[in-house]
Amino acid sequence: MKRIIISILLALFCSAANAQQPTVNGSFQLDAQAYFTDAAIGITDSALAGQRSGFNGFGNVLINWGDFRAGLRYEAYLPPMRGFDPRLEGNGFANVWLSYRTDFAEITAGNFYEQFGSGLLLRTYEEWSLGYDNSLNGLRLQLFPAKGITLKGVYGTQRFFWQGYQRNSRGLVRGLDAEFNLNELLPDRESAPWRLSLGISGLSKYQRDADPIYVLPENVGGLAGRITAGWGNFTLAAEYAQKVNDPSATNNFIYREGRSALASLSYATRGFGAVVQLKRVDNMGFKSDRSQLGNALDINFIPPINRIHAYSLTGKYPYATQANGEMGMQLQLNYKIPRGSLLGGKYGTSVALNFSQVNDIARTALNDTTAIGQDGTKGYHSKFFAVSDHVFFRDFNIEVDKRFSPKLKGLFQFMNLHYDIATLQGHAGEEAVEANIALADITYKLSNRKALRVEAQVLMTKQDMGDWAALMAEYTIAPKWFVSVGDQYNFGNPGKAMRKHYYTVSAGTTRGASRLALSAGRQAEGVVCIGGVCRQVPASSGVTVTFSTSF
Amino acid sequence: MKRLFGFILILLVSGLQAQQSLPSLNLKNLEGKTINTADIAKTGKPVILSFWAIWCKPCQKELDAFNEHYAEWQAETGVKIVAVSIDDSRSVSRVAPFARSKGWEFEVLLDPNGDFKRAMNVNMIPHTFLLDAQGKIVSQHTAYFEGAEFELYEKVKALAGKKK
Repeated sequence: MKRIIISILLALFCSAANAQQPTVNGSFQLDAQAYFTDAAIGITDSALAGQRSGFNGFGNVLINWGDFRAGLRYEAYLPPMRGFDPRLEGNGFANVWLSYRTDFAEITAGNFYEQFGSGLLLRTYEEWSLGYDNSLNGLRLQLFPAKGITLKGVYGTQRFFWQGYQRNSRGLVRGLDAEFNLNELLPDRESAPWRLSLGISGLSKYQRDADPIYVLPENVGGLAGRITAGWGNFTLAAEYAQKVNDPSATNNFIYREGRSALASLSYATRGFGAVVQLKRVDNMGFKSDRSQLGNALDINFIPPINRIHAYSLTGKYPYATQANGEMGMQLQLNYKIPRGSLLGGKYGTSVALNFSQVNDIARTALNDTTAIGQDGTKGYHSKFFAVSDHVFFRDFNIEVDKRFSPKLKGLFQFMNLHYDIATLQGHAGEEAVEANIALADITYKLSNRKALRVEAQVLMTKQDMGDWAALMAEYTIAPKWFVSVGDQYNFGNPGKAMRKHYYTVSAGTTRGASRLALSAGRQAEGVVCIGGVCRQVPASSGVTVTFSTSF
Repeated sequence: MKRLFGFILILLVSGLQAQQSLPSLNLKNLEGKTINTADIAKTGKPVILSFWAIWCKPCQKELDAFNEHYAEWQAETGVKIVAVSIDDSRSVSRVAPFARSKGWEFEVLLDPNGDFKRAMNVNMIPHTFLLDAQGKIVSQHTAYFEGAEFELYEKVKALAGKKK
């Protein structure tokens, strides 16, 4: 495949037919870490297991030439940094592709990223910070037959670290999607007070059945429909997806169909926004290899809908989607108290309120003799809105963002959290974490270009590792320099010997789109999650260098 | 294989220029209207194109800083600001209520699967591009530190040919 694309590329560049001058853009990034032993936080020689360094890097080049575009992405994990999947170890061209676009169609050959609707049936994407990439390698055709209509067809195999596709080594993915934007499709409706768009998609996965015990479906099909409707300041968006039975390692080989739904209603006007969102997932794990567990070969993406936190302690216990079943809701209110009012002060004050809760779905046994979820059966019964009282996750948080003077502004946040660590991080038998977290992020402008920022956070809990406090100070000279010092202190750890400090010192410089950052110190054990994908980051002590540039 | 890449490299070096204009991709704005990214720059005025997300605090600080000066900047130079949210389906439904509540006066586009982000080689956000009146990319910058908007605006003024 790569050879063919390269030959096409070559032919393209050698042909003088195209008079337009080609242009190129690209980017490079290197993340490198050196690890030291640090007996105080349990990092001994044997914990490091001989790994003293990690290098994750990539180079990406895109070429644009008239209606043609082509891309090459090289990656090297030699070896991957601690906390990344060890199967990433290796180097080579992870992505090679070529596409041709006209007003009527676009065709892409090679590696590509695609999403149907919100991704309940298909989403391929790449997330460098997680070492996650499930790109499709194949062909994609997009058609734009009329204004307001987009048709897509894709087929291919998914990236599985460095393992190339061989016959039956993993599944094939084929999909079709159609989207109709009625405001653009119907004459003279572009600025109508209502907005309506509809979409429908279908997907099938083929994987050979080589199972010695079960007769497994080799073709697993799925269908999804979606609608976005708006009137004035209101917008309703909903999507429903269903797939046929697909016994897999994820669902313990049950023959139950999968279903999921996602709906949101929002209201947005100047100074005020509100959104309420609902989600249901029932047996919706979907991978192009049914025997895979963990973070690889996902065909679909079930978004966690709780707030994504931006600070170290509010983000300490991140939620991860439970593909086998969950029912959740979230509510967010954003309000800007106008300038000049009593609470708004001279500059106005922003207030954000957010609540989310996710429960397990309620399941009942198929009959008296079959346990719920027993392999080789239809698994269980669950009515569409049946919710269990088992709470996976609850997050209530309020944030106030206020400027006090031209020089001083602050952001304050309070969060109350319930986190089922046994389910979400696999700490079997452990009590759910009940935590209260408070933080202040204060910025003081010393001059037009110089500023001092201080972050103070505290997390109080009786469970897991107990209480934490964090303090960070950062000095910046815009637009080029920053230096920061920070400490996270596990002052309430139930084990007295474990009450440790995790110091870090960082500095960096930014020149245009190039950035070099250096940091040294200790990293507390934690989890980084994006979507249903989480990466466990082990405790470490050492030096990190990051260099990135785009051109 | 290696020789092929070497050959391509030589070809690239001999005939290529750095990217100058925006690629053509279809994105939606907050009203659900389809916007072709190649059209963003067709205003005859300088354009600031900024990639952000609602979970990125420095991005919001940068856009708030832009918004504070936007009316003044527009009056002086005609500059247009376009903010591209890379929020995916986890948070894309919160973008419109969030941006509206902030009172941002500029256009916000949605890039939920990162197609535009990848085409522009954006790896970390905030990542901000400055385009001239002909739609050519003249500079780009990552990260936001308090006060960086002033240097950017100096560049906008130079492009608009107005010296204060």
